[in-house]
Amino acid sequence: MAENENLLVTTNVVKRFGGLTAVNKMNFNIERGRIFSIIGPNGAGKTTFFNTISGIYRADEGSIEFKGKQIGKMSPDRITAQRIARTFQNIRLFSSMTVVENIMIGSHTVLKQTPLEILLRLRRFKDEEKKAELKAEELMEYVGVHGMGNELACNLPYGAQRRVEIARALAAQPELLLLDEPTAGMNPNESEDALLLFQRLRDDLGIAILLIEHDMRVVMKVSERITVMDYGEKIAEGLPKEIAANPKVIEAYLGRGAASGLST
Amino acid sequence: MKESMRESIAKIAKRLNTGRAPYIVSGVLIVVGTLLVYMSPRSILAFLVFATSGAMVYFLKMNKTVKLALAVFIAVILVPILGARNIFYLEVIFQIAVFAALALGLNIVVGFSGILNLGYVAFYAVGAYLWGFFGSQQAFLLHEIPGTAPLNTPFLMAPEWFYIFVFLGIIVAAFVGLILGLPVLRVRGDYLAIVTLGFGEVVRQLVNNLDKPLNLTNGPQGITPIQRPPMPKGLVDAFNSMVSPLVGNQVTESQFYNIVFYFIALVVVILAIIVTARLDDSKIGRAWTAIREDELAASAMGIPANKMKLVAFAVGASFAGGMGVIFAASRTFVSPDSFNFMQSIGVLTMVILGGIGSIPGVIIGAAVVIILNLQVLQSFSLYLTQLRQSEAVIPIINFAWKNLSTQLDPAKYQRLLFGLILVLMMIYRPAGLLPAARRKRELKGNAENDALKASKDAAKEKSNG
Repeated sequence: MAENENLLVTTNVVKRFGGLTAVNKMNFNIERGRIFSIIGPNGAGKTTFFNTISGIYRADEGSIEFKGKQIGKMSPDRITAQRIARTFQNIRLFSSMTVVENIMIGSHTVLKQTPLEILLRLRRFKDEEKKAELKAEELMEYVGVHGMGNELACNLPYGAQRRVEIARALAAQPELLLLDEPTAGMNPNESEDALLLFQRLRDDLGIAILLIEHDMRVVMKVSERITVMDYGEKIAEGLPKEIAANPKVIEAYLGRGAASGLST
Repeated sequence: MKESMRESIAKIAKRLNTGRAPYIVSGVLIVVGTLLVYMSPRSILAFLVFATSGAMVYFLKMNKTVKLALAVFIAVILVPILGARNIFYLEVIFQIAVFAALALGLNIVVGFSGILNLGYVAFYAVGAYLWGFFGSQQAFLLHEIPGTAPLNTPFLMAPEWFYIFVFLGIIVAAFVGLILGLPVLRVRGDYLAIVTLGFGEVVRQLVNNLDKPLNLTNGPQGITPIQRPPMPKGLVDAFNSMVSPLVGNQVTESQFYNIVFYFIALVVVILAIIVTARLDDSKIGRAWTAIREDELAASAMGIPANKMKLVAFAVGASFAGGMGVIFAASRTFVSPDSFNFMQSIGVLTMVILGGIGSIPGVIIGAAVVIILNLQVLQSFSLYLTQLRQSEAVIPIINFAWKNLSTQLDPAKYQRLLFGLILVLMMIYRPAGLLPAARRKRELKGNAENDALKASKDAAKEKSNG
């Protein structure tokens, strides 16, 4: 695995809703094993761009390439099978299922079970089930929610739900993980923990992470590169320091007060 | 007051369910139920006690082997013997089995995957008409006007084919489910319900009108006679010689068919239960639940939502198709009337009443609805008729029973009763009689947690003491 290999490359991606161009000519690439953030004011088109990558929307123009393969016209489930997993801005766990089951759903593309094996309870089915269960337990421990396996997802506290959602995405064995505002609604302690988790994901598992984030502290601390979007367009890209000093970004997003606060 | 009553009931239930008590309870229930049915074969109360004893074998906490042995004993020995004494019970149990399989199939579609299907009975019709056509003389009457079959028309197939057609019915209905599902599943929510309702009616109208240009279905008159599976000669006599000393009466050959169909339906229901339970506890079942909960999130987790929904549609349809074949053979008659919209609603009622998504739930739902329908309401009607023929008057208002309008016959108020039941269920037990529960897995993290909790509790007690 070459260090600087491009994992995801988008070229001139455009997404329109009627007369509104939500994403306009996004050129963007992310390398393996990096943490990359997209920031921008509300309504800048960050989540739309995310949804376009993960296949929930289909781009009107441009191409999306993952590991050298065109994924722009694939359905969301096939994109996940290419090893891109995601979480949602507003948590979307399967609330009436238990935590373990939620994470096992993430293994859907990894599990090999044919209907015949399921109906006859063949050895391979049992092995696969056990493997998925053990994997789910391992992930629960990894993200820090172990011992909650048999709880219904809807009964978990907010921070734990966010963690379970990440575990569920990890169960799909992603090479690229899309996190849509993962620390939204967390208190400073929780988001500090989340930061450590993201860094561990990259360091231990070599997963590239694409992050949408509002919490500037998180963004500046954890990301290696930052892209700034406004009105559907990329207005800046660079290292955290460069972004913090970029006058265009300050104009569009941070505001003068916040910018001066950061530079001191 | 209410609370303390509920508590004491829970306490009694717990005591009955620990140690040796459940064995005694179920044993006594079985013996009492059997004796009651034996002594008064026409009383519904006796039958209800017997049915409860069957249910208790499932619900009480007992050794698995004991449970299985008791279930086999009831299903294979007690039911046929008691059924020989009053053949009507076999009809009731047969219908419960048929509708339990239908409810299980619909439960996969509505309960597991959350697709509201209001035309489910169409697949039942597919199975019934499949054997209705191939198992009758209809193939030689294609150019005859309905009702003018010449004498001595041969049958298309030998009755032995029935067994193969049960499987064919399963396959054909699954295939029809796929074909119907392809266009239907493109719409969602309320629209989907309306489209499935439409499809159910389309199938009924098709069989109603396919008597021209080629007389495939014999139109509204329906197809009859349809062949029943062959029975080895001497089986009835053998049964009679064994059982009649016990029950005191002989069964005729056509009565014996009730026993045969009871066993066939029982086998199909057991298969349906196994298939449903195994699919539910697998990658496929989890995918269905995920689609029901949040289709977008499910597809983002790599679940091909449309494909999985089609699978649900096909599997659900297949149960109905198999039971359709059995139904056609048991009645020796099929007509479009058996597959109207009320039937679809009836099966849906069983699913909702018993507990959406719960396998024991929908079976109980089917049993409750069928027993209400065939026994409770009918016997109320019978009682009312008796009162009407007597000289009795209603006390206080001094109204003679015989002047009571026949419009007030309880059997006519089936739909009103179902409506009431559904409304009450939605208010007091929206998840059904036996709500679906998620399976608890044995996880090592949990064990640690429990141990931690236990030690904490112990520490707390110590500090308190």
